[in-house]
Amino acid sequence: MNNRIKDAFAKKQKNLLNIYFTAGYPRLHDTVPLIKALSEAGADLIEIGMPFSDPLADGPVIQASSTVALANGMNLRVLFEQLQGIRESVPETPILLMGYLNPVMQFGVDNFCREAAAAGADGIILPDLPLDDYVAEYQDIFRRHNLRPVFLITPQTAPERIRRIDELTDSFLYLVSGPGTTGGANTQAEGVQEAYFQRIEAMNLRNPRLIGFGIGDKASFQNACQYAEGAIIGSALIRALDGVDDAPAAAKRFVSSVLA
Amino acid sequence: MQRNNQYQTTRYLAQGFNPGAKDLIETIMKPTYQQPTERGYYGQFGGAFIPEMLYPNVEELRQQYLSIMAEPEFQQEYQQLLRDYVGRPTPLFEAKRLSAKYNTRIYLKREDLCHTGAHKVNNTVGQILLAKRLGKTRIIAETGAGQHGVATATVCALMGMECIVYMGEIDMERQKPNVYRMRLLGAEVRAAMSGSRTLKDATNEAIRDWISNPVDTHYIIGSVVGPHPYPDLVARLQAVISEEMRKQLLEKTGSELPNYVVACVGGGSNAAGAFYHFLEEPSVQLVAVEAAGHGVHSGHSAATSVLGTPGVIHGSRTLLMQDEDGQITEPYSISAGLDYPGIGPLHAFLADSKRARFISIEDEQALKAVAECSRLEGIIPALETAHALAALDQLGAGPDDVVVINLSGRGDKDLETYIKYADAIM
Repeated sequence: MNNRIKDAFAKKQKNLLNIYFTAGYPRLHDTVPLIKALSEAGADLIEIGMPFSDPLADGPVIQASSTVALANGMNLRVLFEQLQGIRESVPETPILLMGYLNPVMQFGVDNFCREAAAAGADGIILPDLPLDDYVAEYQDIFRRHNLRPVFLITPQTAPERIRRIDELTDSFLYLVSGPGTTGGANTQAEGVQEAYFQRIEAMNLRNPRLIGFGIGDKASFQNACQYAEGAIIGSALIRALDGVDDAPAAAKRFVSSVLA
Repeated sequence: MQRNNQYQTTRYLAQGFNPGAKDLIETIMKPTYQQPTERGYYGQFGGAFIPEMLYPNVEELRQQYLSIMAEPEFQQEYQQLLRDYVGRPTPLFEAKRLSAKYNTRIYLKREDLCHTGAHKVNNTVGQILLAKRLGKTRIIAETGAGQHGVATATVCALMGMECIVYMGEIDMERQKPNVYRMRLLGAEVRAAMSGSRTLKDATNEAIRDWISNPVDTHYIIGSVVGPHPYPDLVARLQAVISEEMRKQLLEKTGSELPNYVVACVGGGSNAAGAFYHFLEEPSVQLVAVEAAGHGVHSGHSAATSVLGTPGVIHGSRTLLMQDEDGQITEPYSISAGLDYPGIGPLHAFLADSKRARFISIEDEQALKAVAECSRLEGIIPALETAHALAALDQLGAGPDDVVVINLSGRGDKDLETYIKYADAIM
């Protein structure tokens, strides 16, 4: 089945930029203008964060943006309403929804997938969804709605587990750049990160790879692109939106600076 | 089930008791509250909902904890430390004046006499031995009231290991003496500044630390919460409480089985330990006491079994205080050790299956129980423990009934609160 994520990787094999932002941040109604701005500025994929009170895999920047978004009144119902009609203005850029399991469970997995697909989403990232639970309870529902799961791989993920994740994936693999939550600096000894990226590359996996966590500017983006099809930036964009009056304009400037 | 078999056998052998094959098979086959499934489920509660970054660590622990704990060298070292360092067995004390007041037979299991002043050290002694055997050199922990933080800092000092304790900023204020104790013991106390700045957020920060330090670090969780195998691991390490209770009750009352076992529940580690060896004894009423704060439905409460619905927190599916969007809400209790928005999955199962009775106690009732226990028995209990004591008049226990209250901790750490609320207490 066609899927915009697959199309994006078919169209462009290198240097794909996936930008994350938190829905409802900095203001409740910035969500849709931000999608348009990011797409126009050249983001190849857009990852929309569904804010959660206790985002365990995220660092302080995304956590703070989630707190603001929740205080602004963001929730899944509001997000799906905001996304209605998004495919008229942004027809091609893949949209992924990233968040944590509990709000999705409370919304109902089936409802969530139906609404997400109707709103034009193409993929789902739920870092705390266990692989076995995905296979047992989620996979059929995801497939029915043509939503592609994206799973994380870290430097500690064992090779056989990477193979299994690759088998369960039909979009891209999210390579976490090193130990840590989102937005942290690379504290690994020189060469360690490169060796990890090369080790994964040498596995000849079926899915393309995007590198995320700690990627935040042109230099780190270009460096990541040497080892994978592209990279994911989140916290750095959120920082660029902090305190600005015109979030879409700031987002455009940010993407341009990465792609310059 | 295979591993349960191994564990039970080791335990029985350690007790100098070799059950016949038939007994052993019955023990293995019996459906049990003590043993979660392979994937860590008690009924619908439990599991391991963790990001990939934590998977290797949690999986390593899952694969090894039972076999390490079954090693004779581990058991020997653990038992020796419990005896010579923690001061076990702790006494089971017949509280005659409390008994007279409530017209029943009340026994206090004196976990407050453990080294560091609470039951928490039973778990940290076991987990630090486990961490050593897993080759870890750095220990992290979360703490609410500070008792688990102190117990962790203590065993880290004992073993010469680096120790970092995450504590909510508000809790650091509420439990200052424990902050200083941890620092004196050589631990670094890091303030959790996010969210409600209490136990939930300290736990988030500890988990983030573990994500950032996946190779050399062991996370000593202080309660029967978190991803599998933690709830089972901590319950097994606290089970020594009820193991001793049975022996002591036999000696003092002529029966190993009391009519009631009462314990307070935040995450639920002291309750898990006090209930453990009575879980499969239906004649024993298990009573879990939660903190109702200003009142169960006041909007300022931590009575999870009443207010909670199934959801995922800190890697476990359990009963959880949350809003309709699945955002975790901020619990409240005067007690820093009870204001957790979830309960351990075992307790969620005990509540759901009605195996345990859940009672909730408000701040003021707990404070009154502090004074009562202090004046009738000469024992100043911790605020957490006072919630269990405050449930005495709701039990419906008769004059011949035997009631065991797990006196989980002593009140020294709460003196500032007791001074502040002196009017309400006296």
